[in-house]
Amino acid sequence: MRRLFGFLLLVALLAAGAVWMISAPDPLPAAEFAADAGGDPARGQTIFTAAGCASCHHAPESEDKLLLAGGQRFPSEFGTFTAPNISPHPQQGIGAWSLHDFANALLRGVSPEGRHYYPAFPYTSYIRMEPQDVVDLWSYIRTLPASDAASQPHGLRFPFNLRRGLGLWKQLYLEPAWVLASAEDETLRRGRYLVEALAHCGECHTPRDALGGLQRDAWLSGGPAPDGTGRIPALTPDALSWSHEDIAYYLETGFTPDYDSAGGHMVEVIDNFARLPAEDRDAVAAYVKALPAPAPD
Amino acid sequence: MKITATGLALTAGLATFATAALAQELPAPVKARQGQFNILAINLGILGDMARDKAPYDAEAAQMAADTIVAVSMINEAPLFREGTSEMDLNGTRAKAEIWDDWNGFAEKWAGLGSAAAQLQQVAAAGPEELGPALGQLGGACKACHDTFRAPE
Ligand code: HEC
Ligand code: HEC
Ligand code: HEC
Repeated sequence: MRRLFGFLLLVALLAAGAVWMISAPDPLPAAEFAADAGGDPARGQTIFTAAGCASCHHAPESEDKLLLAGGQRFPSEFGTFTAPNISPHPQQGIGAWSLHDFANALLRGVSPEGRHYYPAFPYTSYIRMEPQDVVDLWSYIRTLPASDAASQPHGLRFPFNLRRGLGLWKQLYLEPAWVLASAEDETLRRGRYLVEALAHCGECHTPRDALGGLQRDAWLSGGPAPDGTGRIPALTPDALSWSHEDIAYYLETGFTPDYDSAGGHMVEVIDNFARLPAEDRDAVAAYVKALPAPAPD
Repeated sequence: MKITATGLALTAGLATFATAALAQELPAPVKARQGQFNILAINLGILGDMARDKAPYDAEAAQMAADTIVAVSMINEAPLFREGTSEMDLNGTRAKAEIWDDWNGFAEKWAGLGSAAAQLQQVAAAGPEELGPALGQLGGACKACHDTFRAPE
């Protein structure tokens, strides 16, 4: 009996150790993004717009969308997330960060102190960003005004308030591979980059499972809104019959084919896309039209 | 036994009928406000199709559509948004409770529609190239209000 107990304890300890190890953060190697030779802030601005960083990080109710003071709240079934201050303020924002720290946040979801970020910060998409785009984005963000507003804590329920557990979540759901595996021409590849890496359309338009992971096999097929208010429409061909031009026009003006006008969280996306070149709206439309119908379940 | 089953079926039938009837019977102010938004959309459609080259440009038709949008923008909204007609109170409306919590904010968005519509009215007959930017402005006014005050479907 004593022996059995000892054995079971050993197994439990080993299992706990294994869980502890696989839940450890996996930062970029120190040599990557080590030297900051400076990027192109003008290119960075386009990436910033397409990636919608300001949509989440501008202060609530603020007219100045470029003051990245944080404070907007995102209710979910795990509790409420609050966007932090990512302005270049050295203490309250990320002004004291290196390019390496910034790349680690976007490409690995890991903080400078080596802790996991919650995927409410959609690094699950940004993980697919081109290295040069990270460099240019960083050089642009550093030109923005600083805010001295302190970042507010999240209000999460146990056990979701334990960041270490996110390591397991990442093992399950952090997947850098493209969802649309083949993209033949240049336009479609650009569209895929915009949709799957920068503009993170899937974070809203793809249903999630019980642990909040995106169901890649139901990609962009719509689902309940994460904050519990209504449904987010599907973009797959079984549900969306809009033409290529209709989709591009919607991203530019917010008008649907019957001239209703977009609302809710889609408005920030459209405000961003209206400021991008027409070719980018065109590329996203090409991607949406290339989507397969979701598999029947 | 048979009676019970029939009774049940009848009750169920009545219940369905009652919900269907309820869904139909929206208060008149709600029907009226939804109607006004549809008038906006229909007239925008006339202009949008011309701007996108889906319909031939017709200066007179464009002017009439723009005039109609201006006319709708002058409707006083308060009587159409009576207390107790939000999406929390009724099925069949997407009007958020925030409208009543922040009536001034809502009225400001409606006024924003008014100024964008007045701009459009100035240029509607001046040629199809003028329509695009003016429609963009107007679309901005629609979105700005739907963003905060209209619930998703
Ligand atoms: C959907 C909303 C959303 C979008 C879009 C978004 N973020 Fe965030 N971001 C968050 C949230 C929420 C957190 C907090 C995560 C946490 O605490 O684990 C965060 C955290 C961060 C952090 C870490 C800050 C710190 O103090 O540790 C950085 C850096 C950051 N975001 C940069 C960006 C950039 C750059 C973009 C655009 C490429 C972006 N974010 C887009 C919601 C968002
Ligand atoms: C922050 C969440 C969010 C993101 C990110 C997002 N959407 Fe949306 N989208 C919505 C919501 C909510 C609606 C419903 C809008 C409404 O109620 O008018 C919507 C509506 C749409 C529609 C209209 C569908 C219909 O049937 O009416 C299209 C098309 C669309 N989105 C495409 C996209 C594309 C393409 C992207 C990425 C470039 C994207 N969305 C990113 C939330 C989002
Ligand atoms: C001041 C706020 C506001 C403005 C400006 C506004 N809307 Fe709306 N709209 C609403 C609200 C609120 C509803 C929901 C009404 C309801 O369901 O009772 C709505 C509903 C609609 C509907 C659906 C009507 C139905 O049949 O249920 C359409 C279409 C629409 N709006 C189009 C537009 C267009 C196009 C514009 C711009 C030209 C516009 N709206 C401007 C607030 C606004």
